[in-house]
Amino acid sequence: MPKASSLFSTVSAALIGLAISATGAMAEKTKIDFWFGNSGDIAKRVLEVCDHFNKSQDDFEVVCTSQNGYAAALQNTIAAFRAGKQPTLVQIFDVGTLDLMLSNAYVPAYKLMADNGYSIDWKNYLSGVRSYYATSKGDMMSFPFNSSTALLYWNKDAFAKIGKSAAPATWEEAEADMKALKDAGYDCPMAIDITSNESWQLLEQFSAIHNQPIATRNNGYDGLDAELTFNKTKFVQYVTDLKRWYDAGLIKLKSEKAGEDYVTAFAAGKCQMTLTSVGDHGTITRTASPDMHWDVAMLPVYAGTERKNSLVGGASLWTLAGHSPAEYKAAAAFLNFIGQPEQALFWSTVTGYIPVTKTGYEYMKSNGFYDKAPGKGREVAIASLTASEPTPITRGIRLGGFLQIRNEVGNALQAIFANQASVQAGLDDAVARGNAILRRFEATYKGATLP
Amino acid sequence: MEKRARFSSTWLGLALIVPQALLIFTFFYWPAGEAVFWAFTLQRPWGGGNEFVGLQNFSAVLGDPVYWRSVERSFIFAFASTGAAMGAALTLALLVDRMLPGHFIYRAALVWPYAIAAPALGLAFRFILAPDAGVVSFVNKLWPGAWDPTINGFDAMVAIIVAYSWKSVGYNFIFLLSAMQSVPKALIEAAAMDGAGALRRMRDIQIPLLTPTLFFLLVLNISGSFQDAFGIVDIMTKGGPARATELMVYKIYFDGFEGLDYSGAAAQSLVLMSLVILLTFVQFRFVERRVHYG
Repeated sequence: MPKASSLFSTVSAALIGLAISATGAMAEKTKIDFWFGNSGDIAKRVLEVCDHFNKSQDDFEVVCTSQNGYAAALQNTIAAFRAGKQPTLVQIFDVGTLDLMLSNAYVPAYKLMADNGYSIDWKNYLSGVRSYYATSKGDMMSFPFNSSTALLYWNKDAFAKIGKSAAPATWEEAEADMKALKDAGYDCPMAIDITSNESWQLLEQFSAIHNQPIATRNNGYDGLDAELTFNKTKFVQYVTDLKRWYDAGLIKLKSEKAGEDYVTAFAAGKCQMTLTSVGDHGTITRTASPDMHWDVAMLPVYAGTERKNSLVGGASLWTLAGHSPAEYKAAAAFLNFIGQPEQALFWSTVTGYIPVTKTGYEYMKSNGFYDKAPGKGREVAIASLTASEPTPITRGIRLGGFLQIRNEVGNALQAIFANQASVQAGLDDAVARGNAILRRFEATYKGATLP
Repeated sequence: MEKRARFSSTWLGLALIVPQALLIFTFFYWPAGEAVFWAFTLQRPWGGGNEFVGLQNFSAVLGDPVYWRSVERSFIFAFASTGAAMGAALTLALLVDRMLPGHFIYRAALVWPYAIAAPALGLAFRFILAPDAGVVSFVNKLWPGAWDPTINGFDAMVAIIVAYSWKSVGYNFIFLLSAMQSVPKALIEAAAMDGAGALRRMRDIQIPLLTPTLFFLLVLNISGSFQDAFGIVDIMTKGGPARATELMVYKIYFDGFEGLDYSGAAAQSLVLMSLVILLTFVQFRFVERRVHYG
């Protein structure tokens, strides 16, 4: 019958067409997934990096998806991992490092690159950066990606009014400057926040540059039985001083929940000093008025302190277990690509993050990146990270449940500033609760050894 | 002899229930079962091992003074927001029922807040109640430091109660207004003829006859406020300052998802569930007695 035969021919033509396209598809690239946490402007930059990689070669394709937040990226990846649908590459922030390290869910970076035939000079990574993500023997488990450190941002115009042309190098000097600024009529000499994870600037970076421990066992590097000690270090003095300055009106608390966070307040010229990440350097460059003169400096130390290296912040890239060798080949190619000096130049130009390799830094210097805006000033971050070789307690922090511990520190600071607790009592309480969290973490990973 | 209608086909009834039962199983019983399992072990976030620890998670949770304070705060929040929401809704419903000028607009508009998602609401109220720049900041210009939800725990609690009650008023209002339609007009007219004023009629006739609806709303509001407040707390205060607004539900989220302490959070959520069940049971046992079922 004519109808049936025409139907038959259409169907067979379609099937042949499908077969041809299917064989064509056999020569397709290996696709891998990369989940990252940044959102907003920086997310667009990450997508540009992925695009550069995809265009630079024909064998691999990396599909990059923003998870809209570091915590969300970690949670989503854990859920995907438990369902067997995890991506090949994931960006995990500093706080999530230890849980992942103690699991069998990843392939160490040094092993991945060696297995796929890449010889990476691991010593090329800045020592302060390398030590955070490496085993106790120095083998790197993940690739640093967006690294930053904390800096003091200061308003040059305001300081000129009080007759100073350099940022304070010590906290004693900073106190005198804040008093002078207040007397000169500035309402907010310094802005800080204590409602989120400002423990990063106020506790962690402070302790590192002053060579003070945050916990025993070298901040947790040597064992899961570490205990917090920041209620017995110089940090107590620092909190006492911060509270004194807050009571005297020299420091204002600026947070998003109050309507304006400290970065916005500084960029608007409302506050004259603040402590935040070098990653905000680009944001402030873009949002501050062109007439405002400002600069960055290393975090102040107490007089007489021998400054040590500050800690790296940000996130690193982990390769997850459970994928095929072809996918690992693609991941290794991508990680090798972003480690190239040209990519470091691109990445550090469009974001405030700093280059993590010595060659990347030298390349950027030779390109004149640090001689003019927007790069001028960011080399201070590198100087801060390399102020000294990492000591056993300035390698980094390797404590479990650290997000909860940061929350305890934040709550303690809030109680102290609201006059609900004395400085020592508040910090003692934070340490007690933090230790309970550490013991719980230790019990969860009973029998596990730190790599 | 009464003839009762009987539904003769059992399998049809069961078949119609199956989709709903499947949903309830997938989205409640299964996760709840997992939570029970997790609450009795120590879960590693990335998998790879869990250790049975019996009641240790529960004793850790129930022995923590910070946890009991969050229980206390959740109770205060529940009763304060329920009282505010139901009080405001009752007043508005009584006034609208009296057909005062403009009642048509109120009938339509008062339910809209309920449709707003909690995070959007939290963001709006965060701006409105901001100490330096918000709509309410004129108070701080008159009395400096009078209102500061970022450092004063009491102010922060007031802020989230206001935001949450604002959302619930619409929901309660609609129920109360429609319940008022079932109050016989004849009773009200008779009372008016006997000389009862508007307030007297409200107190002696309308409210007592509304008690079934009031009881229903009480149960719903209280059990809802233990859980639905999460969006508002997360956006407005994140549990601060110094834990002043850390409700049980927020603590579960923070410990579980951000702190990666899955077992502790599972234990806490079981405690929360038992508490809400207990509270509902108490309400049915002791409060329902005072309800006039017409």
